[in-house]
Amino acid sequence: MNSSDPSHDQVVRDEWHVLGALEDLSARPDWDTRLLGEKVSIRRKAGNTFDVLGKDGATLQSQQRYGYLWASLGTPARPLFAIPEFDEPDRRNLNAATFGVHVSAPRAIENFLDMGHFPFVHTDYLGVEPHTEVKEYDVQVTNDGHEVLARRCRFYQPRASSVAEQGYEVEYIYRVPHPYCAVLYKANAIDAARMDVIGLFLQPVDEEHVKANMLLSLIDDASSDTTIRAFQQTIFAQDKPILENQIPLKLPLDPRAEMPAKSDASSITYRRWLRQRGVRYGTVAASA
Amino acid sequence: MITLYDYELSGNCYKLRLLMSILGVKFTPRPVDFYPGREHKSEAFLRLNPLGQVPVLDDGGLILRDAQAILVYLASKYDPSGRWYPREDAALLGRIAMWLAFADQITATASAARLHDGVFYELDIDKARAGAHALFRILDEHFWFAEQTGDQWICTRDHPTIADIACFPYVMLSEEGGIPRLPYPAIRRWTDRVKRVPGFVVMSGIFPTGEAV
Ligand SMILES: N[C@@H](CCC(=O)N[C@@H](CS)C(=O)NCC(=O)O)C(=O)O
Ligand SMILES: [Fe+2]
Repeated sequence: MNSSDPSHDQVVRDEWHVLGALEDLSARPDWDTRLLGEKVSIRRKAGNTFDVLGKDGATLQSQQRYGYLWASLGTPARPLFAIPEFDEPDRRNLNAATFGVHVSAPRAIENFLDMGHFPFVHTDYLGVEPHTEVKEYDVQVTNDGHEVLARRCRFYQPRASSVAEQGYEVEYIYRVPHPYCAVLYKANAIDAARMDVIGLFLQPVDEEHVKANMLLSLIDDASSDTTIRAFQQTIFAQDKPILENQIPLKLPLDPRAEMPAKSDASSITYRRWLRQRGVRYGTVAASA
Repeated sequence: MITLYDYELSGNCYKLRLLMSILGVKFTPRPVDFYPGREHKSEAFLRLNPLGQVPVLDDGGLILRDAQAILVYLASKYDPSGRWYPREDAALLGRIAMWLAFADQITATASAARLHDGVFYELDIDKARAGAHALFRILDEHFWFAEQTGDQWICTRDHPTIADIACFPYVMLSEEGGIPRLPYPAIRRWTDRVKRVPGFVVMSGIFPTGEAV
């Protein structure tokens, strides 16, 4: 075994990885996909349960959570991260879409954390000039080192969600509880006391390809699924060409490799956290 | 009243949003859950379009399918200048129809490749990409010769036609299907011209001219 080959990155093999939305998987009997460059077969059984088989045909550990199927190529040391809001009875939970993107998982997470691109990439939705300033916010590693947390993020958004009728300064919380998954909390446009939750769960197909799953867990009993999905897909499809044009497609972990602006406090913390966890898959390692 | 059965990420729907924006035609989008919902294959939608495809346009009860057909209709009805679809010039009409058909071939290749990469359609991806490159070579060469004689647009000199609108979206979105446009400089000059047409609007995945991508 070649220890410098990132596919043998045991930390990553031992994680739970998302393999698609249950709603989509239930619509087909068998489905082959790839995880960390390896073939994985999903076999639907009675009662909408699934067997997940590795490349040698052995059954992998798997579970259903947040409307998605998850599996591990190794032995997960911990349960899948918690999103307590998902189980609140009045939440609308749905998969906005699963999109294939030609980029590494860490690049996609980093872009998701970065508010600086809103006015330029999501013009008239999540940002608009001249409101380009990223105000200072707090970033820390929490949960015994298992999670990056950014709080007090604020940004002026002309159209923050499918129900927003006017622009306002939106408050955000970002969680990165998994190297390839992030959870965003965003002040709800109607009920100021509640937060909408948007999960970005990336299936690392290989080092430079992901399937990006977007969970929406919203306080919204008015909009149709179609409207809610359309808004989120519009936003994500604006990011897609940006992601696919990153050079390199893998995320450089060397602190000197890219000079992140001050607004990128969460990006600096995320990269350092990946380094400390020993995550290499989808990254360009820091030189010694 | 015009209703467009619309999916934001569809380049074929975008053709119509683009022309209606340029012509200043008001319409109501009726979002279709194309993906992942497959609403275009639902019984209700198949009654509207038995082909199970978006876009569909409803103009006061007149139901039309096929982006190219709808471009012909919209330009004929709502462009008082008559320049987007000049109806008096038989030769020009023939050439426009030829490039409208070409646009549908771009859908069958470049758009198919994008659906394969982005939403996992099962198809022969190498064949789709090779087909798109073959079309792009033809289009690039066409523009190179057109520019020699001062023609700016697919069929015309100074003012674009619906042929330009029909070919534009899936050329611009080709990279999402793994089809680079670097080898086609004349195509790139033309897409920049389209972006400067008054009333031009973007869709997700296409940026206004002068920006990063
Ligand atoms: N010739 C048609 C093609 C339309 C088309 O391919 N639409 C796609 C979405 S962009 C679609 O609905 N595909 C579903 C299918 O063909 O089954 C047009 O130009 O409108
Ligand atoms: Fe973005």
